[in-house]
Order: sequence, then structure tokens, then C-alpha cells
Amino acid sequence: MAVAIGLAFVPLVFDPDVVQKLTNLLILVLLAAMWNALAGYGGLLSVGQQAFIGVGAYATVFFASLGITPYLAMVLAMVLAGAVSIPISLFALRLRAAQFAIGMWVIAEVISILVRLDQNLGAGTGISLIEMNQFDPNYRQAYTFWLALAFTALFLSALFFLLRSPMGASLQAIRDDEDAARSLGVRVASRKRLLFVLAGFGCGAAGVLIVANTLFIEPGSVFSVQWTAYMIFMVLVGGLGTFEGPILGAILLFAIQTTFTQGGPWYLVGLGATATLFALALPRGLWGTIEKRVGLRLLPVGYRVESRQLETPAQS
Amino acid sequence: MTLLQVEELDCRYGLLQAVRGVSLQVEHGETVALIGANGAGKTTLLRALAGAHRPHAGRILVDGVDVTHLPAHRRVALGLALVPEGRRLFPGLTVEENLRVAAAGGRRGRWNLDSVLEAFPLLQTRRRMPAANLSGGEQQAVAIGRALMSNPRILLLDEVSLGLAPVVVDAVYRSLSEVISGGSTVLLVEQDLTRALRVAGRVVCMLEGRVVLQGEAASLDRERVVDAYFGMRRPAVGGAPA
Amino acid sequence: MILVNAVVQGIFLGAFYAVLACGLSIMFGVMRIINLAHGDIAVLGAYIAFVIVERTGVSAFVAFAAALPIMLVLGYVLQLTVLERSLKAGILTPLLATFGLSIVIQNLLLLTFSPDVRSLGGAAGGFTTASWRVTSQLSVSALGVLVLAVAVVVFGLMQLFLSRTRAGWAMRATAEDADAAELVGIDSRSVYARATAIAVAIASLGGLFLAIRSVFDPASGPTQLIFAFEAVVIGGMGSLWGTLVGGIALGLAQTLGAQVNPEFSVLAGHLLFLAVLVVRFGRGRITLRTLRLAR
Repeated sequence: MAVAIGLAFVPLVFDPDVVQKLTNLLILVLLAAMWNALAGYGGLLSVGQQAFIGVGAYATVFFASLGITPYLAMVLAMVLAGAVSIPISLFALRLRAAQFAIGMWVIAEVISILVRLDQNLGAGTGISLIEMNQFDPNYRQAYTFWLALAFTALFLSALFFLLRSPMGASLQAIRDDEDAARSLGVRVASRKRLLFVLAGFGCGAAGVLIVANTLFIEPGSVFSVQWTAYMIFMVLVGGLGTFEGPILGAILLFAIQTTFTQGGPWYLVGLGATATLFALALPRGLWGTIEKRVGLRLLPVGYRVESRQLETPAQS
Repeated sequence: MTLLQVEELDCRYGLLQAVRGVSLQVEHGETVALIGANGAGKTTLLRALAGAHRPHAGRILVDGVDVTHLPAHRRVALGLALVPEGRRLFPGLTVEENLRVAAAGGRRGRWNLDSVLEAFPLLQTRRRMPAANLSGGEQQAVAIGRALMSNPRILLLDEVSLGLAPVVVDAVYRSLSEVISGGSTVLLVEQDLTRALRVAGRVVCMLEGRVVLQGEAASLDRERVVDAYFGMRRPAVGGAPA
Repeated sequence: MILVNAVVQGIFLGAFYAVLACGLSIMFGVMRIINLAHGDIAVLGAYIAFVIVERTGVSAFVAFAAALPIMLVLGYVLQLTVLERSLKAGILTPLLATFGLSIVIQNLLLLTFSPDVRSLGGAAGGFTTASWRVTSQLSVSALGVLVLAVAVVVFGLMQLFLSRTRAGWAMRATAEDADAAELVGIDSRSVYARATAIAVAIASLGGLFLAIRSVFDPASGPTQLIFAFEAVVIGGMGSLWGTLVGGIALGLAQTLGAQVNPEFSVLAGHLLFLAVLVVRFGRGRITLRTLRLAR
């Protein structure tokens, strides 16, 4: 919380350029946390979260074009993205791993095509959030940053309190062993739905922030599977299934992106290769490995069982 | 001549120890019965011998060759074949395919598709049926035949009577005795104590992962075996265990 | 008549998708892995053929024959390095690892070849443009017929391999029960490597056809993957001939969708895919234990 309050002062101190970049960082943190909520705690590997990112972004433009004041439009857009995730969840959550992963991707593609066909939404060439021109650029950047801060804080705290609640133990049980959790009476299906919808809201919020930050969107970029690539990298490298891991992953990706702006494909090769390496060799990610070795945990979520070498009784 | 030598074998499932410091020997041409209650570690031991389970400690030697770290498919090539618990046939493959796929090891011997079908005549009409459609007894025959196709020097059998009607088990054992009388070396796990004592030359009894009794089947007192089986000292009750 | 034309085009398009999907289906059938880099591997194959054509001027088909051994080796290496490890690690790991691999391949291609679109249409002899006039409104393209014929041959050969050869039985056995397969002397590692090699080789054949019938660039991979996956799912996961049927169904959906509105073609395919998922997986959980590879 202290961190959030500290961050609130950022726009007052830094240039709008820096503020814009830091807004990007917050977007990455949000995306990473949401993807981790799905995959790390729910075992749901979605290659299609860009569906909600796109919905959030385009809904913002749509609501703003109706005359609703931009920042209110943004909140509404996030709500719409989350609402859209509910009927999708009824269908998608019945699917097994690979079908779910690619099924979500196809859903994102379908939404992308539908948007592309709509002239009012700029079709294939894209559309601008012109209603933002009513704000002075400096203030606009600051408002956007604060909104980003608010959204990120909202979703991180939601996740945090979720994990600390009695429901949280069941979520971590699902993460550790879904079948065992189910046999213990954990309502796996409804927990997964909860995570899915939360991620729908969260990724929608990210989409909202993206259009607020860049002011222009087109279907090809906002519905791109590249977002999933970033999310996978951040979560795998940061630490799948840990709370702090995704944040670390986001900071890392942000650092890499700002350093290698000229890199182009090389840095993407690096991202992909690193993600693969981590998937194979370091499945716990950086934070997870540190956590295990050092026993460090910044934010207390969940319980740990200490193992000691006991004389195992003979099996009967 | 010692064909199979096991030294201080230790097998675990995570923290659970299934086989503790087991040592035994099987001589060429012997038939050894491995008996014990459920959970005594017999299946784990057989799987470790076959290469399907990596031991935590200890050694396994086949004809003097250390195979402890050899993968299962290489042990088949050396002449060690397991008929696994529960048959584990390939359900989508026909009987003939199940048998022929196991012959790739390149070992020569009396067993090939024709001789196996001769030994288990009930399979002859079922040659082209998918294995999933066979009855239990027929599946057991295929499972044994499949192991024989690699012309093993040592045949490991895990609970061939499991889930089969007594009449069927009799038939299976009749075919088996032909195999055994042919001079193969056999190590078999059998729940039915009477049958085990009848078919084997030597008996090894396991309890909770350890060998608690070994000896010639003929010379062993039945009461002693039952005691060892259950791991307790109690007055003779008589009759076979449940 | 326009409809008949659309149907014929749909079948040809579908045959192409089936070839693209065959390898994906094999890998899933044998190893239960969905290789998210499958499309990029197909595109890689196309680029290798392209390089050979550029350097030597031979026809695309000859270039493919030369590229084939390279792809087979690549498949072996892929299995033994990346896929083998991910097999042991859990359900999500193969998806994550192959996704990362997909990004790597796309961007390495981008670095080597630039984002320009390429095509091998010019190197395919007369096939690209030749066609037969069946009636005044229906013409059948030679390329379409070729792809359809090749698709049937490839699936047929695969079927023969699985049902008549010892290596094929070993592959089916390993697919059904890898543990028991080891116990009868089958080296499951080499079976898997063989399956991946075959899958990669057939994928590159798909890439060749993509290159001839249209254009490709480093980013073409994901689209091919989606179509391949849709074909596999529509036809029934785990069924080899089902993938051929699924591919054709997808092709038909796309061409018929295009009849309604040219922009709807890909969308129609997606909707068919989603509909199949709903119908097949909507009612409770279906276990995919029954494997019918050689059906």
C-alpha cells in the first residue's frame, strides 16, 4: 500500500514521457498478475487474453464516442470486458488444456474479425480516442497514470485478499493438484470461473489503459497474440503461481523493453528462448526459485508446510 | 549358475519406501515364487527388475551384467521380460500385432508367432481381434505370449491369476507349466499360496518391503509360510489364507 | 454452379489444411502434445525450400525433396532437446515451451529474411496456373488436384505405416501405453523422435503448398497453426483420417462462408471450430482414452 501511495506522486515529479512509460509498466504488471491468476492459480493456460484487452480498448472508444466522459467510459469499458468474460467462461472452461488455450485464441480472433468488419470502429485501419483531446496533455498523462495505478492496485489487492481468504487456500490447492483438490470437495469449477472472470476484468482494464496511454488502437495490435507472449514471459520468468513473481517479471520485461528499443526481432528471440528455457528448466521462475531457496516472502499469502525427514511407517 | 542377482535393492515412491534392502538370487532353470500380502512390495520389485522403476539403491545383475541403470527396453534385449500386473496389453492393437510388436528385440529362440499361438491355442481364432475385445483369460494368454516373443532367459510374471476365474487360471497355469518345463527361468508373483507352492521350486516371502522367508517349496512348512506372510506369530489356523 | 465451384475450391483448400494438420495430429496422437510452433515449422520448411530455389533455380518440388532430410533431422533434434523434457514436466509445459519456440522461430526468420512476403508460385512449373475447364462455370485447378492427391497419399501412407509395419505398431503401442511398450522392448524415446520427425516433415510439405498456392512471410506461422488445430479438432482429436475430414470441412466452411461475404471466410471456419467444441465438449467431460490412430 505504501508503494502505491508513493507511486501516486510520480506524475507530479516526472516528465509526461516518463509518466507514459511508467503507465506502460503498470499495464504490464496488471497483465502479468492476471495471466498468473489464470495459469498459476487456476491451471488455465490461455493464449487468448488479448480478446479482453481488445474489448476493453474498443469499448472505451465506443463509449467515449457516445458522449460519455472519457474516464467514466474507461471504467464502463472495463466492466463490459469483464461482463463479456462471463458467457465465454460457460463455454471455455469446459475445454481441456490445449483446446482451452487455442480455443481462447480463436475467440480472440473472432472478436478481432468482428471489430475489423465494423466501419464505426475504424475497421482494419484503427481508431483514435479523440475525446481525450479535451484534456491538456500533461494532465491527461497524469490522470491516465492515476487510473492505471488505481486499476493495478485494485486488481492486485483483489487477488491478494482472494488468496488470503478461505477461498485462497482452495485456489492454491487447485494450483498444486487439481484432482486432489476436487476430491477434497473444493469447488474447482466455480473457483476457476472466478479467476477467469477476474482476469477478464483485469485484461479489459489493461486494454482500457492501453488506449488511454497511446490514444490510437488498431485490431492488429490490440488483439495480437503478442500480448500473450509478453504475459507468458513475465509470468514464467517471474514465477508462476507466486504472488510477487509476475510483478518481478513485469519489471524485468519493462527494463528489457526500454533498454532494447532498437533491438527489434533479436530481443523477441531472446524473450521466446528465455521463456522456453524457464518452462523447461526453471518452472518456478526467478521469484519461485528464490522463495524456495531463501524462504523469503514479501507478501504473506498462503501457508507453508515444513517437511522434515520422518521415519516413514511401513505401508500396510 | 546364477542368472539373476539382486543386491540390497531399495525402491521408493517419493518418501514411501516400497522395497527395503532386498537381496535374492535366481539360478538358471529355477522357478521362484514371490509371495506376500498386498503392498508387500512384490510388484515394485518386479518392475524394478524389469527396468520400469528406478531403484534408490542396490544392484541388479543379469548373468553377471549390471543392469541397474539400464532402461527397460534394453533389458528385454538382454533376455529379461516382464508380464506386468493387469496384463497391460495395447488395447487398439490386434492380438497378432501385440505379439509381433514384442519380437523386435532380435533374440533367437523357440518362441515366435507360430509357436506362441501353438502354446495358447485359444488365441488362434482371435488373432485379428483388437486386444480390448478379449476375455480376461485370453488377455492373460496374450500377455504371457507377448513376453515370450522376446525369447527371454528370465521370465517375470506379476499376478497372472489376478481377476480371473479359477477355471481360467488353471488353463493359464497349464500353458505356463509347459513354458516352465521347457527350461525357462521364471520368477513369478502369486497371491494364491497353494498354487505358488505347487508350481515353484523355491519360495520367497515378502512383508512390508523386506524378504522375511526364503526356502525350498517342498521343505517349507505351510504354517511357517503363513506366519511369514502375515508377519505375526499365531497358532496354526489351517487352510489357505483368504 | 457458383456453389459447386465453391465446394470444389473448399475441398482443395481443405486438402491443404489436412496436410498442414497431419503432423499436428500425429504428435498429439502419439505424445499428447500440441506443438504451438507447428505452423512456424511449416513456414520454416517453406523458407528452406525458397532458399534452395533461389540459389539453384530448381523447381519448388525438387527443392522440397532436398529440404526434406533437413526437416527430418530438425524434427529429431526438436524432440530430443525441447519436447522430451516438456513431456515429463506436466500438461502446461509443452504448451509453454512450444509457444516460446514459436516466437524464437518467427523472429529468427524475420532476422534472416526480412518481413517481405515471398512465394514459390513461380517455381512450381505449370501447376500454379494450370487448370481444367470442366464446364463454362467450373474450372478445376491443377494445383488443387495435386494437393488433394498428395493429401490422400500422405494419409494413406501414414495409415499403412501404422497398420502394417513393426515401427508403426510400435508407435501405436507407445501411444497407448508407453510404460508397457518399454516392457516389451520398444524404445519409447526413439518412437517419439520418429513421430516428431515425421510430423515436422509433413508440416514442411504443408509449408511448401502454402508457398506455392499463396504467399508467406515470417509471421505466417500462427495462422497456419490455428487452421491446422481447427482441422484436427473438427475431425476428432486422436483420429488420423478424422484430420483429413476435418481439414476438408474447414476448407468448405471457409469457401462457403466467402460466398456469403468475402470477409467472412476465415470467420466461418472459426465458428465451425467453436461449434464443434461446444457440441463435443459441452456435455460433461469426455475422456480421450480411446485412441484410434489407425482407424
